[in-house]
Amino acid sequence: MSRLRTPIARARGLGSAKDGTAHFWAQRLTAVALVPLLVWFAASLVSLSGAGYVDFIAWIAIPFNAVALLLLLVALFWHSMLGVQVVIEDYIQLEGAKLTLLVLSRLGHIMLALAAIYAVLRIGLGSQ
Amino acid sequence: MTQPQRPLSPHLQIYRWELTMALSILHRVTGLLLSVGALFLVFWLLAAAAGPERFAAVHGFVASITGQVLLFAWTLALFFHLGNGIRHLFWDVGYGFSMPAARRSAWFVLMFSVAATLLAWYCGLNWGTGA
Repeated sequence: MSRLRTPIARARGLGSAKDGTAHFWAQRLTAVALVPLLVWFAASLVSLSGAGYVDFIAWIAIPFNAVALLLLLVALFWHSMLGVQVVIEDYIQLEGAKLTLLVLSRLGHIMLALAAIYAVLRIGLGSQ
Repeated sequence: MTQPQRPLSPHLQIYRWELTMALSILHRVTGLLLSVGALFLVFWLLAAAAGPERFAAVHGFVASITGQVLLFAWTLALFFHLGNGIRHLFWDVGYGFSMPAARRSAWFVLMFSVAATLLAWYCGLNWGTGA
């Protein structure tokens, strides 16, 4: 993504995110990916409603579902991380507090994404 | 180091409320609500990975009144953010910027949000696996 930035822009490092174009592009990319993934996810939740543990595990074990769910999780947490970043940058002016919250948000999102991916992989691979 | 208090130009006090303004802040609010809800999604998946007992405990909460209300609110936020997000994507490629077009798409997004939520819940309650 850094090829979207000129060397002088990188040197100046202006702006709260320091890398606006890459952020904008990643946000739109994940948004576009999330449209079909969420439609699929919503439809899946509807079909799974009322399902018990066994049915749910069986559903995740189907490769298509597991992969789609992994894609959804990556896109969702990436999109959410970028969105929350913008909200923090907008409302927190104090540099120290802003930086702390940005770091916490980023780390938190990465942690959640990894935990979710681990769960899906464990279920999907475990039931073979 | 605290910042000096600088005067802020009035905004909420003087601008007439427009539907487009409301949808804009609603997009941000629903985004934040969805992020909080995603936290629960992770717990749900981890519970499923942990085994039937943990999963049953989490599902017990989901099936409760509180759980269902929260889930309904989350799906409403989801469909609104999805619809308004697509509206944003159209803006990104340059379509629909005129005020009349923006107001029309705003109404469409609101109707879509409610309709999609109701449809999803109707289908889920009537045609789900357990139904």
